[in-house]
Amino acid sequence: MDNGADAVYIGFNDETNARNFSGLNFNDKNALRALERIRSRGRKLFVAINTYAQPRSFSRWQAAVDRAAGFNADAVILADIGLMGYAAEKYPAMPLHLSVQASATSVSALEFYRRQFHIRRAVLPRVLSLKQVQQLAAGTQVELEVFGFGSLCIMAEGRCHLSSYVTGESPNLNGVCSPAQAVEWRDGAQGLETRLNGVLIDRFAEGENAGYPTLCKGRFIVEGRRHHALEEPTSLNSMALLPELRAAGIRAIKLEGRQRSPAYVAQVVRTWRDAIDEVLRRGGDFSIEERWRATLAKNSEGKQTTLGAYDRPWQ
Amino acid sequence: MQLALGPVQYYWPRGDIQQFYAQMLTTPLDIIYLGEVVCGKRHQLRAADWLQLARELAALSDKQIVLSTLTLLESNADLNWVRKICDNGQLLVEANDMSAVQLLSEAGLAFVCGPAINIYNQHALAQMMSLGMVRWTVPVEMSARQLGEVLAACDRKPEVEVFAYGHMPLAYSARCFTARHLGLDKDSCGYRCIEFPAGLPLASQEEQALFLINGIQTMSAEPVNLLHHYAEMQELGVDILRLSPQWQDMARVVSAFDGARRGEPCREDLEKGVDGYWRAQPGLELIARSRG
Repeated sequence: MDNGADAVYIGFNDETNARNFSGLNFNDKNALRALERIRSRGRKLFVAINTYAQPRSFSRWQAAVDRAAGFNADAVILADIGLMGYAAEKYPAMPLHLSVQASATSVSALEFYRRQFHIRRAVLPRVLSLKQVQQLAAGTQVELEVFGFGSLCIMAEGRCHLSSYVTGESPNLNGVCSPAQAVEWRDGAQGLETRLNGVLIDRFAEGENAGYPTLCKGRFIVEGRRHHALEEPTSLNSMALLPELRAAGIRAIKLEGRQRSPAYVAQVVRTWRDAIDEVLRRGGDFSIEERWRATLAKNSEGKQTTLGAYDRPWQ
Repeated sequence: MQLALGPVQYYWPRGDIQQFYAQMLTTPLDIIYLGEVVCGKRHQLRAADWLQLARELAALSDKQIVLSTLTLLESNADLNWVRKICDNGQLLVEANDMSAVQLLSEAGLAFVCGPAINIYNQHALAQMMSLGMVRWTVPVEMSARQLGEVLAACDRKPEVEVFAYGHMPLAYSARCFTARHLGLDKDSCGYRCIEFPAGLPLASQEEQALFLINGIQTMSAEPVNLLHHYAEMQELGVDILRLSPQWQDMARVVSAFDGARRGEPCREDLEKGVDGYWRAQPGLELIARSRG
């Protein structure tokens, strides 16, 4: 907030949100304190309850919606249609946002959620090109939010079971990808190794930057060749597209903050606030300042960024 | 329990597809799903060709023929493909994305939900049934216990289908990994996934088989195989077992599952694979040797 965010996402400290890592999330008391601070500044609080509810403990997800409604959050971000049905019926006045975890990529899919649950906004998956984002924006009545900066999920969100296949903990059901307790760093005969539930994700030579092990960014063997078969360690950065995104009518840019340090969040948010203000002032005449580029590069995975799927050649 | 043939995930030449389905008509399968589910660029068969093939199969046999839709839609062209399938006017459709659910429910048509639709609990199931879902294919990562919990909590149960054999679809991306491996852009991929009719194996640096690359899709390197859990699935209330097509020996897979439903002892030649998800373990856990 101090650095210019218009809205802040939080999750409760359990598996009802897709960033279920210890230390990141909020209990009731902290959530209320956060809300007071946010309200006093005229900003908004969104509550992410964006995993899929497990059959035996559905009431825990319902309770999370009740808590968010109870303290009058500005929106809840949901993915599970069972939970959306509950929220839409019980709290018709509470705005619903469609989580990126629901992976809606067409005007028809957006229309489904709008008709059934009256969603107000949808966060688009990181699998669409700029042209596709523009087509969606032109064809839907739903407000759209897109990813600006953060980890590059290369798989359609909510439709990736890679981590679950190897660890048994599911992003969809448990809210974690590459859970910390399954991660191992080990000095081996051939260099530093990273493992996930025992599966070798990568080996690093002296001086190589060893990132947090995720299956989509490991080095594997395909047809005898060792390489980053799926993706390299890199972060998504769509700043160069701000004028086009604005022209398309995109309502919000999402910056990843919930698995990041306060210093990271401050720097990244401040940089994007400045860039967005510049776009609002100058329109199409926008260019990225060198210091913004440097700040974002410093805060990127593998010290590099990509336009990801927004840019067709990446695909 | 009924036996269903899932849609082909790979890109096979047109002639091979036709031959494959001609052969499948001679097996004891009850249901055949068909249609492109992975990549809207694949053009050996376009939407109209799949529709024609499906109608031919329906005319030739008393098996139930179901048309499957694309899983990850990335363009208006993809959406048009899905629309053509949904508008077929004759055959049941398997929705693999909410776009298809929207089109089918709006038209008042009954539909099947494929394994990539995220229905994990009784409330989501009830929502979908109120929109016209008549059959639920359970997400591949759900365990027997979770499935039992959903079914126990349901007032009204759809037909329940389980992904019982084959390489499991695990992820979908904007990026084509086959093209990436070959050093090609997706826009000039040359449709070269056709060279890998059984996928492109990806292993760890310790040669542990992990995944199969299949264009924009990533699959499990090992097939799931729930043959040994036949009795348990029946007790749980599973109605249909889905067998996912593979390039070779598909008839043998069908015959092994057909043997199980006729009470024959488990076949030694179909012992391999993983069943971790079913047992609430990581999906890649190999079939537990201690049976029963």
